[in-house]
Amino acid sequence: MKPRQKRMALIGAGVALLVGAVALVLNTFNDNMVFFYSPTQVAAKEAPQGRTFRIGGMVQEGSLQRGEDGTSVKFVVTDTAHTLTVAYKGALPDLFKEGKGVVAQGKLDESGLFTASEVLAKHDENYMPPEAAHALEQAKKAQSTVVQ
Amino acid sequence: MSETQSSAARAPSSGFSLFYYASPQTFFPLAGKLLWPCWIAAALLTLAGLYIGFFVAPTDATQGDSYRIIFIHVPAAWMSMVVYLAMAFWCAVGLVFNTRLSFMMATALAPTGAIWAFVALWTGALWGKPTWGTYWVWDARLTSELILFFLYCGYMALQAAIDDPRRADRAGALIAIVGAVNVPIIYFSVKWWNTLHQGASVSLTAAPTMATTMLTGMLVMALAAWAYTIGAALVRVRAIMIERERSTDWVRKLVSNGDSKA
Repeated sequence: MKPRQKRMALIGAGVALLVGAVALVLNTFNDNMVFFYSPTQVAAKEAPQGRTFRIGGMVQEGSLQRGEDGTSVKFVVTDTAHTLTVAYKGALPDLFKEGKGVVAQGKLDESGLFTASEVLAKHDENYMPPEAAHALEQAKKAQSTVVQ
Repeated sequence: MSETQSSAARAPSSGFSLFYYASPQTFFPLAGKLLWPCWIAAALLTLAGLYIGFFVAPTDATQGDSYRIIFIHVPAAWMSMVVYLAMAFWCAVGLVFNTRLSFMMATALAPTGAIWAFVALWTGALWGKPTWGTYWVWDARLTSELILFFLYCGYMALQAAIDDPRRADRAGALIAIVGAVNVPIIYFSVKWWNTLHQGASVSLTAAPTMATTMLTGMLVMALAAWAYTIGAALVRVRAIMIERERSTDWVRKLVSNGDSKA
């Protein structure tokens, strides 16, 4: 083996070991790497108990209720399998919308109500002009009427 | 740095045509010739990309006009990862083949890569406030990109802290190669974990989830970023070559001729 090939093998082996080590570490910390838990994970009690964590999902259509004081809101977060009711007091981000993604930070109480201290809008990876979005919505509506 | 050392490090006579440009002496004029095409391409592509981005591409249905950040944010984020991989590649080549020019290339790439990482983080924060409702969150994508920025800074700081360029190169190479593990983590972070950052709109394996004109503007800007990055790296590598090889014949000849373009 020439010194050059030796160095190449050494670097290759080093990188391979490193990748393996990092993979193991990331795998171990997998639970701590998630930014939020889904309602299904909360239902399965995978979310941390008794301390602050984030939940994420879609705001269920028609679930947003505004309180009489004007700043407190209640809405339902869904991942289509499970749902979770969230109570929040404060200004919602501009992109907060029913049917769109949301991430809320807060605590879960015994009755299953999630009281949020911070609500963030989660944007999806779809970019389209308003006309296309409108057309898409129309098509969806047409399809759902056909199914019914 | 001793003068005998750098002249002793002269490359052996280049036999293969493939390695012809591997020595600073022959690469210097080539880099000089490539400069102008890079700058012109960068300028034209930037103008075209910004025009498409701001005047041709439609407003986004949900985000309104704030989505136009992607014409700078996405190319910057892509380049920050690509440049790091290029840097790590040159460092590995330098360690294996003991070539001087490879380390010079890596050194030349680092500041540009750091700028791209910073631009990606900064524009992302400005976009995050109106869109998400916060400038910063510690999700996997944002955190790993921040680590990338720190890796660039660490590489540059370590190299600058060691006086002997050969030792500085080797120490820096270690950071560059070890840190390269972070790049796939950044790229796949939105797939592997729940993040606030959205998933990829453009990937090699799936159709893009963007309107065509938006995508065109973004890709033109990405090409502009490539051209700028190559141009900036070449300017820097030429300066590094002259500085490090200042005691060699070819640099002396170059300086005495007063022709930096040769």
